[in-house]
Amino acid sequence: MPARNRRVPVYLLVLLLACMPAAANKVLHEQRSLYSNIVIKQAGDRICLLFSVRRDQRNQSCMNTRKPREMVFAYTRMSMTALLFHPNPESALIVGLGGGTLPTALRELYPDLEIDALEIDPEVIKLAGQYFGFKEDQKLRAHAQDARIWIRRAALRAKTFDIIVLDAFNGEYIPEHLMTQEFFREVKAVLASDGVLISNTFAISKLYDHESATYASVFGDFINFQLPESANRVIVAPQQEVSDTLLGRRADMLADRLKPYAVPIQRYARLLRRQRNKRPDWDTDARIFTDQYSPANLLQAR
Amino acid sequence: MVLLIYLLAFSGGFIIMSLELLGGRIMAPYFGSSIYVWGSIITVFMLSLSVGYLLGGRWSVNRPSLKRFGTLFLCGAVLLYPLVLMAEPVMGWIFESVEDPRYGSLLASSVLFILPTVMLGMISPYSVRLLVQSVEQSGQTAGRLYFFSTLGSALGTLMTSFYLVLWFDINQILIGMTLALVSLGVIAISAHSASSQQPVSEHARP
Repeated sequence: MPARNRRVPVYLLVLLLACMPAAANKVLHEQRSLYSNIVIKQAGDRICLLFSVRRDQRNQSCMNTRKPREMVFAYTRMSMTALLFHPNPESALIVGLGGGTLPTALRELYPDLEIDALEIDPEVIKLAGQYFGFKEDQKLRAHAQDARIWIRRAALRAKTFDIIVLDAFNGEYIPEHLMTQEFFREVKAVLASDGVLISNTFAISKLYDHESATYASVFGDFINFQLPESANRVIVAPQQEVSDTLLGRRADMLADRLKPYAVPIQRYARLLRRQRNKRPDWDTDARIFTDQYSPANLLQAR
Repeated sequence: MVLLIYLLAFSGGFIIMSLELLGGRIMAPYFGSSIYVWGSIITVFMLSLSVGYLLGGRWSVNRPSLKRFGTLFLCGAVLLYPLVLMAEPVMGWIFESVEDPRYGSLLASSVLFILPTVMLGMISPYSVRLLVQSVEQSGQTAGRLYFFSTLGSALGTLMTSFYLVLWFDINQILIGMTLALVSLGVIAISAHSASSQQPVSEHARP
């Protein structure tokens, strides 16, 4: 066979393969809000909300459209460990909405739970409703305001929450005024005395040291929850002692209810028990971030 | 003498922009970091500078001298330093009194930054008066002065946002700025006494 004829089918195959990934990744919505470039992408069964910053596109929230309850990201699953420390919450505060995966799940599990979700960008709230099934109701409200302001006002009204989840990210990292000791004190002031704080972070190198030291300065010995398969670490700071046995028992009780969300709560309980006695893996002498000194974004770039 | 005035204009520009950038950091814990906070800060700075330019020009009519120029810097220091002490309580009070964070941030910006910025705004037109020799040269004189003061602004912006906030506390930077203003004022006043008879000449360049 002449060489010419043999080359054509190969050409077509290569072209076909090149086209396939592009067809699978569809941009459903792109919007420039005041705070970031928001992109909604669909790849196969998965819809994701991303903030597009410079050359980086970071996934903030994803949902499996065939199994919408299933939590896609490890850190969202890890955040559910809050329920081990406060299994019957009456009020929850979620800072940073994303797709609204967490508040939606909490609403399904606890129909009477009062949930306040803080999201600085009203466009994100709208898109969460449009693409991720996020629905507000009488007791689930999304507030389009800077979290620092809202929490300060809540403290003035002597409001407290059983569960607080910190998950606020702009395109780069966590806003600097939400990383300071004073902010954490303000958060602690609205945390119930038997409540639990969850914070999702993914700092590296020096920023990790500063960030950990700052949390430790307000919340004392927190559980540094890390999974080998995830780059995130979730800070778990219960305000009350919960024994290992109680953790295990509560995990057993919650296991079935959390299965549709793909949360391996019993495994997490085991990991938490193990990690809670570990020594700090950060430089405990690192300088604490305060409102006077919080160059987090500069440190993150290093 | 000319170089000294260029230096003073440069420093004025540096400090104005440094203060403006710090303004955002100072206000974030009370008013957040939404766009309207920056809107408030920039509005207040632009308004204050415009008033400063007017006042500086007006003041330059009456027996202009290096000594009076120096006192602008000293007054700037006196109006800047209180930020170190009263920024927090003022912002706290405004936060509790004003529900809408947009107007809260506008009010806070005004209370904190109007006075020092007006004072610093007086530097530019006054320095033009000190250096201008003739109508023919006046445009070029003004151009050169604005070159140095805007260069100072550029450097102030860069240094503050890239390095100063990484090395120092906000209050430390404010105190540094206050000390710089005092030093510059003292230098200007001493230079005036040292050469009180010499006319300031644009052509005496090294």
